[in-house]
Amino acid sequence: MSADQQRILVRAAREVIPGQIVNLGIGLPTQLFHHLPEEMEVLVHSENGVLGCRPRREGEAPDWDMIDSGGAYIATRPGASVFDSAMSFAMIRRSRVDVTFMGAFEVDEIGNLANWKIPGKFSPGIGGAMELAQKVKRLVILCSHNDKHGNPKILHRCRLPLTAERCVSRIITDKAVMDVTPAGLTVVDIAEGLSVVELREATEATLNIDERQLGRF
Amino acid sequence: MTLLTQKFRLIEEAIAAIPHGASIMVGGFGSPGTPFALIDELLAQGQRDLTLIKNDANEPGIGIGKLIEAGRVRRLVTSHIGLNRDAIAAMNRGELEVELFPQGLLAEKIRSAGAGHHAFITDIGQGTEIAEKRREIELDGRTWGIEPSLYADFALVHAERADRYGNLIYRGTASNFNPLMAMAAETVIAQAYRVEEPGSLPLEAIHTPCAFVSQVVEVTPATSEQGRRVHVS
Repeated sequence: MSADQQRILVRAAREVIPGQIVNLGIGLPTQLFHHLPEEMEVLVHSENGVLGCRPRREGEAPDWDMIDSGGAYIATRPGASVFDSAMSFAMIRRSRVDVTFMGAFEVDEIGNLANWKIPGKFSPGIGGAMELAQKVKRLVILCSHNDKHGNPKILHRCRLPLTAERCVSRIITDKAVMDVTPAGLTVVDIAEGLSVVELREATEATLNIDERQLGRF
Repeated sequence: MTLLTQKFRLIEEAIAAIPHGASIMVGGFGSPGTPFALIDELLAQGQRDLTLIKNDANEPGIGIGKLIEAGRVRRLVTSHIGLNRDAIAAMNRGELEVELFPQGLLAEKIRSAGAGHHAFITDIGQGTEIAEKRREIELDGRTWGIEPSLYADFALVHAERADRYGNLIYRGTASNFNPLMAMAAETVIAQAYRVEEPGSLPLEAIHTPCAFVSQVVEVTPATSEQGRRVHVS
């Protein structure tokens, strides 16, 4: 894992409040698992049908009937339950999951999210992302600020097929923490050592920045 | 429906009822809950031109991955095939027709069929390309998408315990699509590690009542083990 990804995860862990029900998407968000202390009373939901999963401890044997939605063999914590896929998505559609973390190809100024399909290149299917993005009360995006070619991922408007419209609450990248507000994207925190000018240059979206209010992370 | 007293069958006999061209729901999310032994028997018996309905395509070399590699699957209705590069390649070569649904919609389309409904209405996917393909309806001042139920000729499901009437108990995250498919298909073939005498399963613990199940076969955990150890992480 890169230092940038580590920085994103450390910052993202501060978003989780004890007592919450949390869903972690495939990829970087799954790694947030390791940043939530085991004694913290949080139930992690995985859409294949478990509420209250945790990573296996060092040396803990896998139970072959227990995976998360990414296919990793997991264990459970006290208070956990298992259920079928219809129940799992009822929980999501009824907004009983408090916060979900997901990756992104593109996010835009009005909170649209694209993270499932690149026409002609990548279309393995959407999995549970559409329901989660549309229905979970708070959607926090964890992604790199720019793609591997340096192109901005935080856009004026998404160009790829959408996962859901106007669904994102907060975006955490290696460069900034941004909130989607009625006035557009407002920068909450900026990465240590990065200037406001550099941040704007790396971003296509218009950013609202009040330098007196800006946090560092 | 099969008489209660005639449901406990040999695996060869149960799978032999499936014809070429059948539509088959297959339980499982990744490996847990995938009825590996029933799938292997289907592979051995040679049925082809199949339409499979499964959350995913398993992984290369296991479960329905074997049926896809053997060219026996014409169409796959699924939500995500990212863990099976061979299935993606077959789709890209045009050899495998793939219909993709968001996972919760796929589950609900099956649940809806199993509950005896012909469709349901939903706002999931409104504003995305999912909505472009479906009919809409106005109700209470909003626009909703109409999602038809998803039916199948057969369902292959995996349970931890069963009795010979076909009552089923699932374990852990091996539940997933199994109880939904067990209600939705015309003929439901269940495999279980233990098929017990009626009366031995705790009443409150039964997930799928036997009324939905057509045939039940006993398999040893070993017949399913090959599928379980591929993707340890």
